[in-house]
Amino acid sequence: MQKSKLMEVWVGIFAFIGIAGLVFLAYEVSSLSHSTSENTYSVSAKFTNIGGLKPRAPITISGVKIGEVVSISYDQDIYEAVVIMALEKQYDKLPEDTSASIFTAGLLGEQYIGLDPGGAEDYLEEGSEIDITQSAIVLEKVIGEFLFSQTADEGEE
Amino acid sequence: MLSNTVQYLIHAFWHVLEHAFQRLGRSHIFLFHIILGIPSVLVRPLLLTKQIYMVGVLSLIIIIVSGMFVGGVLALQLYYELLKFGAENSLGVLNAISLVRELGPVVSGLLFSGRACSALAAEIGLMKATEQLSGMEMMAIDPIKRVIAPRFMAGIISMPILAITFSTLGIIGGHLIGVDLLGIDEGAFWSQMQDKVSFSSDVMNGVIKSIAFGFVATWIALYQGYDAVPTSEGVSRATTKTVVYASLAILALDFVLTALMYGEI
Repeated sequence: MQKSKLMEVWVGIFAFIGIAGLVFLAYEVSSLSHSTSENTYSVSAKFTNIGGLKPRAPITISGVKIGEVVSISYDQDIYEAVVIMALEKQYDKLPEDTSASIFTAGLLGEQYIGLDPGGAEDYLEEGSEIDITQSAIVLEKVIGEFLFSQTADEGEE
Repeated sequence: MLSNTVQYLIHAFWHVLEHAFQRLGRSHIFLFHIILGIPSVLVRPLLLTKQIYMVGVLSLIIIIVSGMFVGGVLALQLYYELLKFGAENSLGVLNAISLVRELGPVVSGLLFSGRACSALAAEIGLMKATEQLSGMEMMAIDPIKRVIAPRFMAGIISMPILAITFSTLGIIGGHLIGVDLLGIDEGAFWSQMQDKVSFSSDVMNGVIKSIAFGFVATWIALYQGYDAVPTSEGVSRATTKTVVYASLAILALDFVLTALMYGEI
């Protein structure tokens, strides 16, 4: 009887290790702890070019992460990409004329949306749209323009 | 003359094929019997507890030690490669994703088939060789309900716990090497990991994989033991076959599951 009790204790410890490991994986390793589905409001923005922006990309303001990209779709009536963003409810004092730009973190890093607050008195709320947007800088385009301007200069000389 | 040889070859080939199909059929009928026996395990949880102890708890040491080492080595290897790109802060993400998605379930599955499934096959094979199983049948006790089904359940329950433990210890090992030894920023290590690792698609898929591996490996072990030739040589062959087949099945299944979960092939 003593032996089987010890065995049960060990099986209990085993199960506990499993649950503790799963909790660790959920809250320390993956982002379950700050899953922002509950306390967010969604805002949309239209970009001519989103570059390599992906769902779940961070949205920052002054470098602080305040939300993430929920979905990206293409509106074929206006030929622009529509990005839906989820912003945390605690940051609800973003002026209505806030502008959104797509930046790249580091040279090879992922892309994110940076917000710049404007000066309007009304604030962004659930369902509102950011009007002032700046598309992603596509490196090939920049290089192409640079080369074009170089050859144009040479032609003038 | 030639037609005779061809006929002989076809006959031999058919013979091999027939045996393969017979074993496949028997193993599936065996699986069906086990599943029918599972409700009787739930009535007697003490049998299950003992088997979880034998299969799971006793495998913990090897899982913990190898988890730490695999995570540590992974961090060490990744560090020097990532340093070339100046991206050593992504070490935590890469370490965690490879552990949670692949290495956790697969390596612990292979260790599990070596540590626990071989023991299961040998135990059941020896039970058969010493006629304990037929003795039970004589006493009107169904050996599948009494002996096989609890071990099967124990394998399926233990395997995900072992895989989770492996991944957790691997990440801790990676943290030990990466942050404490090589000096990566601790904040970057955890925050990038939390940003990139998703619970539903990375962690849970790893758990699903490990359940599937536990199912297949335990099934193979029990079938090989139950079907063993009741001699000492037969038991030894059953044990060997268990480890070989279970390892191959885990690797093949891993490929299929990964393709289903992450790729659109």
